[in-house]
Amino acid sequence: MSLPKILTAHTHLPGIETFDVYRKNGGYTAVEKAIQTMTPDEVVEEVKKSGVRGRGGAGFPMGMKWSFLAKPEGVPRYLVCNADESEPGTFKDHWLMKTIPHLLIEGMIVSSYALGANASYIYVRGELMYVVRILEKAIAEAKAAGFLGKNILGSGYDLELYVQPGGGAYICGEETALLESLEGKRGNPRNKPPFPAVKGLYQCPTVVNNVESISTTSWIVNNGGDAYAAIGIGRSTGTKLISASGHLKKPGVYEIPLGLPVQEFIYSDEWCGGIRDGHHLKAVVAGGSSVPILPAAMLLKTANGEDRLMSYESLADGGFATGTMMGSGGFIAMDETTCIVRNTWNFSRFYHHESCGQCSPCREGTGWMEKVLHRIEHGHGSMHDIDLLVDVAKKIEGNTICPLGDAAAWPIASAIRHFRDEFEWHITNPQEATRPGAVFKGHMELV
Amino acid sequence: MKVTIDNITIEVEPGTTILQAARKIGPEVAPPAMCYYEPLKASGGKCRACLVKVTAGSEKDPRPMPKLVPSCITQVQDGMIVENTINEQVLETRKGIVEFLLLNHPLDCPICDQAGECHLQDFSFQHGVQQTRYEEERRTFEKQDLGPNIQLHMTRCILCYRCVFTADQITGKRVHGVLNRGDHAEISTYIEKAIDNDFSGNVIDVCPVGALTDKTYRFKNRVWFTKPVDAHCDCEKCSGKVTLWYRGDEVIRVTARKNQWGEVLDFICNTCRFERKNTADWTIEGPTKVARHSVISANKYGANKIVPEFARRLAASQYKDVHEERDTSQLDIKQLPEERFKALIPPAGESAVAGIRSIQNWAEDK
Ligand SMILES: Cc1cc2nc3c(=O)[nH]c(=O)nc-3n(C[C@H](O)[C@H](O)[C@H](O)COP(=O)(O)O)c2cc1C
Ligand code: SF4
Ligand code: SF4
Ligand code: FES
Repeated sequence: MSLPKILTAHTHLPGIETFDVYRKNGGYTAVEKAIQTMTPDEVVEEVKKSGVRGRGGAGFPMGMKWSFLAKPEGVPRYLVCNADESEPGTFKDHWLMKTIPHLLIEGMIVSSYALGANASYIYVRGELMYVVRILEKAIAEAKAAGFLGKNILGSGYDLELYVQPGGGAYICGEETALLESLEGKRGNPRNKPPFPAVKGLYQCPTVVNNVESISTTSWIVNNGGDAYAAIGIGRSTGTKLISASGHLKKPGVYEIPLGLPVQEFIYSDEWCGGIRDGHHLKAVVAGGSSVPILPAAMLLKTANGEDRLMSYESLADGGFATGTMMGSGGFIAMDETTCIVRNTWNFSRFYHHESCGQCSPCREGTGWMEKVLHRIEHGHGSMHDIDLLVDVAKKIEGNTICPLGDAAAWPIASAIRHFRDEFEWHITNPQEATRPGAVFKGHMELV
Repeated sequence: MKVTIDNITIEVEPGTTILQAARKIGPEVAPPAMCYYEPLKASGGKCRACLVKVTAGSEKDPRPMPKLVPSCITQVQDGMIVENTINEQVLETRKGIVEFLLLNHPLDCPICDQAGECHLQDFSFQHGVQQTRYEEERRTFEKQDLGPNIQLHMTRCILCYRCVFTADQITGKRVHGVLNRGDHAEISTYIEKAIDNDFSGNVIDVCPVGALTDKTYRFKNRVWFTKPVDAHCDCEKCSGKVTLWYRGDEVIRVTARKNQWGEVLDFICNTCRFERKNTADWTIEGPTKVARHSVISANKYGANKIVPEFARRLAASQYKDVHEERDTSQLDIKQLPEERFKALIPPAGESAVAGIRSIQNWAEDK
């Protein structure tokens, strides 16, 4: 089967990070096609038809988000690219930008044209200064070739593209916190409504999209929305970049057609090549550390015994009782050497550290949960700590300003839901459990 | 626009928030607010104390809202139906919010200047539970002088951001804000600068807890031993309308005047607040009308006090038959007949106001 390649068709080519090589391989034809032959609304229409969903985590249909953009007279509109990518386990955007920066620049131009933005921003995670420089160089090249700046391709359309290094906090990836940070303020999420589509950057209508989402738009313009929608399955159209990590034989960034069976993704040689030699899959976090963890058996089969697929719907099948989420595509595989309690504590440390601290449930709750998990992991837990964690997670979930509260609660709630015996073992056998490398071998379901 | 809160319907202007609408009805149905402060633009939405359940979005779209919403920043829609004290989920969540807010808050009410005027005290009294489940170490901070007049006790701060908004909106050059993230976040000035401008003292008045203290008043008294009077002066910097707090003949504190919800009506200048402490500086208008929630209002903790329905239901839910726990067969104890007990507890959903009776009465009835 020839695999559809939308984002990675040219990533193997030497020199693809330069304008010339990118251009020779069909680069910037989407800008030409869109600006010279299509109206902005027609571009939006194609993106709508493609059914592409936001690749930053929430999976909201991109075309629909674009069509919500308010268009008041005399007020600028902005496109902001979310390249903060700080979700543990997710590293696809980073890889894409450093490998083929012009793909994002081209997507930014096409998308800005569709949205009527004359100034657009790429907000890059602050730690990735070298990516900032790569993008700046690419922007300069595109500008020199007449694809950016004033009067692009003689059409009268102007676009300035800016790269902004982020504030170095995970929370700056949340879209409204990102806008605050971009405005030069502390990266605190805003209360919604109003949504950015109405009041975003500098209180003007704004679309915030992920790097991968924006990078698909050139292909959609070149090939049509219908061609994109023909790839994938159901409402999960197109391809998705997956950052695969953990105990896989071949971790890395993969572009998969949505609908690929999870089994095939993990075990086929074309993809991850299976679990490292001599080991078996124990659990997976399928969409970045914030989504619920699933035991191996539940990951491969849905509640009614069908093969689970790499698609938004199939991964979520059965809700949180038996499913998880596609999230940002950060696929972390864990074999039987993984201690779920330690892993959960580790995730929890991250969310505690990264909570912005505006709302009381998240500010206090993330720290509390981390401390309790720390105790359990270090042999000082008691049985009621388990129910305490479940209850605290429940009190945070849904009660906060931004979804970081949920992101902190879900991994803990799901780990306890599926691996409660492992937590109990830690509490009842503290001496055993705190030995370096100790892992619960009880009712573990390995695949 | 029509909105129904705890089964009481009123008409409000478009743009009114649920909290404002509830306050119009009265304190019985007004959700608690720790971070919202009407005179401060952009306040609200942070503490989550005011979360309510919207059981119908509007007449046009009567679907319930999936999550609890912060009433202080959510505008009402025509025909919206809101549940506050009559909703189990809301009350359960509030218990959680109190617990979170108290997690790192030392209960030093016995030595805190704010005792008796503290919104967190009221909030925990009305919505909290008695015991905490938190066993870990609490965070600590050194006390910090923010200039000559104000001392910051960061341990007590609940990060409501009110002082930040105050400084931002009514003082010229802002030097204070929030540092760090999560539960490491703290209110601070930029490199320990002093807050020195004519209106800085207002941050003390807006603080819902005792985190920002007036250095001219610290440890001078307990609020219930003082007598507040309204007074004014001719001030070229502010309205000059204040409350003087007397102990005997001595003015021990000057604050801005506050409304029923503890919100400042007119912000006052530092000269009025910190320097005019003689009766001769002022024209006295008469005794201050004391808000119901204040401990210095008559019988705050006494008879005939309004008790929200949830408190009664909480008491009821914790009520245990004596012989549930020990063998009392030999004692011949008479139990409250079950039907009578039931009649006292209105089921959730019944009008909150109709349900309000004091625990005192309940005890007396018994
Ligand atoms: C705490 C938090 C962190 C986030 N970090 C990122 C991020 O690093 N990159 C990203 O694209 N989206 C991130 N998101 C999601 C964004 O808020 C937003 O949904 C997304 O950028 C929209 O783009 P999309 O529609 O193309 O997915 C984050 C969300 C939350 C709550
Ligand atoms: S949920 Fe956490 S990160 Fe999000 S606004 Fe609240 S405190 Fe900040
Ligand atoms: S010091 Fe007081 S007013 Fe300022 S954030 Fe803390 S609790 Fe709120
Ligand atoms: S008062 Fe509404 S969230 Fe704080």
